[in-house]
Order: sequence, then structure tokens, then C-alpha cells
Amino acid sequence: MYDAGKIITGIVIFLILMTVPIWYVVATGQASYVPDPKVNPDETQCVESTDYMIKNHMVLLDEWKTSCVRDGICTWVASDGETYNTSLAGTCLSSCHPSKAEFCDQCHSYVGIKPYCWNCHISGE
Amino acid sequence: MTAVLFFFGVILPYIAVLIFIVGIIYRVWKWARSPVPFRIPTTCGQQKTLPWIKANNLENPSNTVGVIGRMALEVLLFRSLLRNTTTELKQGVRKLVYKDSLLLWLGALLFHWSLLIILLRHSKFFLEPVPSFLLLFERWDGILQVSVPSWFPSMFPILFISNIIILLALTYLLLRRVLTSQIRYISLPADYLVVLLILGVVTSGILMKFFFKVDVVGVKTLALGVITFQPSVPADGIGLFFYIHLFLICALIAYFPFSKLMHMPGIFLSPTRNLANTNRISRHVNPWDKPVKVHTYEEWEDEFRDVMKDAGVPLEKEQ
Repeated sequence: MYDAGKIITGIVIFLILMTVPIWYVVATGQASYVPDPKVNPDETQCVESTDYMIKNHMVLLDEWKTSCVRDGICTWVASDGETYNTSLAGTCLSSCHPSKAEFCDQCHSYVGIKPYCWNCHISGE
Repeated sequence: MTAVLFFFGVILPYIAVLIFIVGIIYRVWKWARSPVPFRIPTTCGQQKTLPWIKANNLENPSNTVGVIGRMALEVLLFRSLLRNTTTELKQGVRKLVYKDSLLLWLGALLFHWSLLIILLRHSKFFLEPVPSFLLLFERWDGILQVSVPSWFPSMFPILFISNIIILLALTYLLLRRVLTSQIRYISLPADYLVVLLILGVVTSGILMKFFFKVDVVGVKTLALGVITFQPSVPADGIGLFFYIHLFLICALIAYFPFSKLMHMPGIFLSPTRNLANTNRISRHVNPWDKPVKVHTYEEWEDEFRDVMKDAGVPLEKEQ
């Protein structure tokens, strides 16, 4: 092999770049951390199913915002026929998910998302 | 079903990454076994010579600093592509005209840089806790806050600038192969395969983000399990489009060492870019020169002196 020193340096840099996440989670010890969003145990009924809410809550909240702020329609009919007020603070955070830090932030900080909901809404903490 | 998901979510990524790493190291090692005995100057700049002639140290470097500068410009800004020209026969004046053709450079640059930003954004799935500087990428990439909810309600998550740019750039790079007859002629199936694979990865990712949503927390749990070698597939499923996205990435990564994508490590081993032009300053000895066994005329004459003397052939030395 020619220029062995340079080639091996390059390969070592490549291997380090490829394995950075492994060393990082070993160093922080957070690899097995799983977010644990806390729901008020007295409430059992969300506006839609859990699976739908996990994947689509941002779409729903955005529709709520648009219809209430821009169109002035501040009620919304769920798929089971129930009518809700389209309010993040009034409907979601008031009773079922009282703590932003223990509910919203759990998954959001886990996957590195900073939603701009909180630019306007005050989390109450 | 769990076994199928385990295969696509854990086993296939392991195999693909193994092929990727081992394949790249193997090919780089194979390249490194080829000697490059002579510097290839690529004379697009004045070589360092007499002190009153101004040398171009970036185009034709004579030392390591110049080489690092040339390599950095090549790797980061694709300087060679800036030299791309096109020839055109002007009908009115009946002249052959040479022009700069910078669209390829622009398309390639936009594609590669948005790919880098997208890769950096994705690294949040492998890092826990997420380093705060990675959030900045997401913040700046989504600074337009385009969500267009009024005309398409399900498009809520913010459209990233890199999403748009990589799609436009890839479409251009593909159309260029299809629409320009000369480039279509020199395009091989492998050229289309790579572009289409990357386009598939990008498209599936965008579809997953906006239309066929998946459980993002499940994605990160899976990713962290895989990199800590304690893999487990989330039982409630992540979503079909995640597995499509991941499968296309695995295909791309596993194909990488066999493809022209090897220009990624290869650019660092380009002899025309990474060697200083020291052809005249220092002596370069061919590494495969072996001492050759020669038979000189003097030795030959020593061997046949008597016979030559008898035949009357003139000799250099009589004895």
C-alpha cells in the first residue's frame, strides 16, 4: 500500500464519523431513555384515537388554529360526533394534559422538535 | 408480522451498513495499492518556476498548503465543475461558440449541500439527548414556516428549504440525462439507478412527513436500539412509509461501494487534485523500478576477446 499513513488516517476518520452516535450515547448513557408523556389519569377520552393523535396531532391542532383564528369557527366535531372547542389551552391542556413539560415536551425534545405553538401559547408554568 | 418488521427494521440496516463500511474500506485499500509515481500537473495554472514568474498556487500547487486549498475548494465547492463548457454552432454568424455551462455545477452543488443538511438533521434520531446545535439546522431549514394548511390541510409540518431544493436539484439532474441527447447517449443504467434511488429516498421521506405519517418516537427508539446493538422493533408498528423509506436507504447504502457513488471517498484520492506539482522541484523515482541485470559492451568484449582477436575484429581493449 502506498501512502499508508494518509490512507489509514482517512479510514480512521471515516470510521469515527460513522460511529459518532455510538460513542455519543455511550458517553451520555441515555440510549435506553424512552419518553413518558403523562396524562391526567382521571381523563380517559381524547378527541380522537391514540394512534391517530400520535401521528396527526400537529395536523389537527393546525386545522383548529386556522379555523378558529382565520375563519372564526372555534368548535370542531370529532369522528365520534362529539363537539369540542378548538383550543389548545382550553381543551387539551386544561384537564387531560395539564403539564406541557410532562406531556408535550417529553416526545418533542426526544426527537428534537421545537414546535412554534409556544411562541403564542403560554404553557401555564 | 413482527419478524418481517424485524427484518426490514433491524437486520437489513445492519447488513447494509456492514456492506457500506467494509466495501468502502476495501475499495479505498485497493486504490491505495496502485502506485502514482509521477505527479499529474493538470496545467490549468502557472507552475512554480523562476522567481519573477507569478505561480498559481491554487491551480498548480507546489506545496501541501496549496494542495489543501485545491482539495477544499474541490470538495466543498466542486471547482472542477465550474470549468464545464458547452459548444454551440451559432447559425446566424456560422461560428462555433464555447460558453460556460454552470447549471450542472449549480445543480450538483445544491443537491450535495441539501443532502448534507438533511443527513445532519437526521442525525438527531441517533443522538440522545439531541445536541442543541442540531436544532439550529432544523430552525434555519424551516425558517420559511411554509405549511400551506389552507389549500392542503394535511400538509402541516413545516416544509424544509432543503426538501424543496433537493427535489428540484435531483429532478434537474435526472431530466438533464433524459432530455440532452448527448448526455442520454453516455448515460448508463447505473447512472439512472443512483439518481432514481436517491429520488425514491427523498420522495418517500417527504410523503412520510406530510401525507402518510408515522410514529416518530418509535423511529428514534428503533434507531437507538440498533446503534447500541440492543435492537427491538416497536410492537405497535411505526408506519408503512417509514419501512419503505428505510428500505430504499438500505438499498442505496448497500449499493454504494459498488457504484459511482464511490466518488465520495474517491475525490480525496484523485491524483490530479491531491498531488502537489513537484515534478521539476524534486526527483521522483518509479516505485516499481527493480535493478535491471545488464550486460555491458565491456563485459561482452571480455567474454569474446579471444575469438574477436582471432577474427581480426577491432577491440576497445587489447587485453
